[in-house]
Amino acid sequence: MSGRYQRAVLLAVAALLLAFPLLGDRFYVQFVTKILIMVMFASSLNLLVGYTGLVSLGHAAFFGLAGYIVALYSPEAQAASFWSTLVLSVTGAAVLALLIGLLVLRTGGIFFIMATLAFGEMLFYLFHDTSIAGGSDGIFINHRPVLKVGGWQPVELSDFVHFYYLVLIVTVAVLVLLRTMLRSPFGKVIVGIRVNEHRMRSLGFDTFRYKLACFVIAGALAGLAGYFAAVQFGVVNPEMLGWHASGSVLMMVILGGMGTLTGPVLGAFALMALEEVFQALTKHWQLLTGLVIVLVALYLPRGLAGLIPGLSGDEDDGPPGFTPDAGKQVAPGDSSPAGPAETVNSVRQNRV
Amino acid sequence: MSDRTVSDRIVSDLILETRDLSRHFQGLAAVDNVSIACRRREVHAVIGPNGAGKSTLINMLSGDLRPSNGQVIVNGRDITGLSAPAVSHLGVGRSYQKTNVFLPFTVFENCRLAAQSRLPSSMRFFRAARQYRAVADVAMQAIEQTGLRRQAMQTVATLSHGEQRQVEIAMTLATGASLLLLDEPLAGMGADESAQMVNLLRKLARDHAILLVEHDMDAVFALAHTLTVMVNGSVLESGEPASVRASRAVQTAYLGEGHHAE
Repeated sequence: MSGRYQRAVLLAVAALLLAFPLLGDRFYVQFVTKILIMVMFASSLNLLVGYTGLVSLGHAAFFGLAGYIVALYSPEAQAASFWSTLVLSVTGAAVLALLIGLLVLRTGGIFFIMATLAFGEMLFYLFHDTSIAGGSDGIFINHRPVLKVGGWQPVELSDFVHFYYLVLIVTVAVLVLLRTMLRSPFGKVIVGIRVNEHRMRSLGFDTFRYKLACFVIAGALAGLAGYFAAVQFGVVNPEMLGWHASGSVLMMVILGGMGTLTGPVLGAFALMALEEVFQALTKHWQLLTGLVIVLVALYLPRGLAGLIPGLSGDEDDGPPGFTPDAGKQVAPGDSSPAGPAETVNSVRQNRV
Repeated sequence: MSDRTVSDRIVSDLILETRDLSRHFQGLAAVDNVSIACRRREVHAVIGPNGAGKSTLINMLSGDLRPSNGQVIVNGRDITGLSAPAVSHLGVGRSYQKTNVFLPFTVFENCRLAAQSRLPSSMRFFRAARQYRAVADVAMQAIEQTGLRRQAMQTVATLSHGEQRQVEIAMTLATGASLLLLDEPLAGMGADESAQMVNLLRKLARDHAILLVEHDMDAVFALAHTLTVMVNGSVLESGEPASVRASRAVQTAYLGEGHHAE
């Protein structure tokens, strides 16, 4: 029943997104492309914040570094290859995540937040204060990378409609990948770590390894988003990796709903759309955005995703073919709304 | 030590042994030169007043806490200083004094996570966890063993305190541990729940070695083959429950004069 409802909503959203370039003009198509890139970015952070319980304030470092890698690798007078720049950017972000993760994951709680912030800022000042990549002005990618399969060029990256569809496909692929991963043994481990890391260790899980793997995956996915962000407008600057960018993507995750697959999607769309509307209204638009975030934090502890039941993207699962004893049937309601959700929140509060 | 054959035979039957185990906290000896042993299929109870160092002792055995001095030997292997996950993989499972489970998960998910810890690695990203039938079977076995079948799909947070203590034991079983370190499994339980737990522990004692820290004397005397009394971090007396109970030192120091009069 709820499966059919879910499928209907998904189909409607898919149809809307597929048809969108036919209806919208250049500005809006590019705007939605930008949002989709932020969906990827926010989803990668959600893996850390929402699922593993690692609140990172330096996640933009991986996003920005990937952007800088494409920009620095692209020759000035000709286009680079899409595939080689993509692999290089994502690998670069993953390697950076591995190095930073090895250090910051030794800490926990508030120290983890501070350590991620510190590494993010180090990278920001590296690009901001030195001339390796244009300093505070950033650098341009003069020619968009060329996507070729064999001799065939299916997608022209500088065409905004082509680019839109490419980003849409990649974003959906990222969400499907995350969904698969979260249902796998690895996914169960990282959620276990969020809820009770101490118990995970006493059950025999070397939690550091799993947190590190998760940090690297999240870094690589942030790098993937950063790659497309850089290629979309052909420019990168230090703002891409500063704490403001890290904070803004964290805001999307919280606004949308931590620890749900749909949360970052809703959060990215809502925050970017709100900003757009408020910017048209007043130059003090940040005040209004802030107000909305405060209200959501107060009244929707589970974010926007909490407003739409059955769309969290998470599944209940039990042992195959299991039925509890005939006597007392367990109500399906036992495992959702109020009770457990409150527990998740109280567990989270205990950790902070 | 002088007679090798005797000591070898004893070692092979021993599952757990501590040698002069100590833990100091800023000069204070929480556990001081404790040497105890636990054989296969033996219930070894450790009792003592609050602050005697019982939990500190268990924490050192499970790898939660590093000893300041001495050795912990499991199945003849020196495991002193190993991390908690490493100790767990040697077949040592533990429960905690304060219920330590995954409250937002169902009983099944708690046990499945415990069973999953025995996969060679959980760095498996693509196949759904629910498709690992063997893992689910082990989890369900532990659930049946602890009598939680009816509650299997309930969120642990919604269970009674006594049931949550059972979940704690079920998780330990699902890891396939052969040595159970149980830190006050009866803490905070009513009479009925206690009786049920004692029955469960008696059943488990048939094929597990159990190191039991407990305040409930009825349970201790009902279950223990060996009894160790700790006071101020040291072993005051250790041996068969009946003889320990009769010991004058124990009666004055711990059980109190009242028991002496009995």
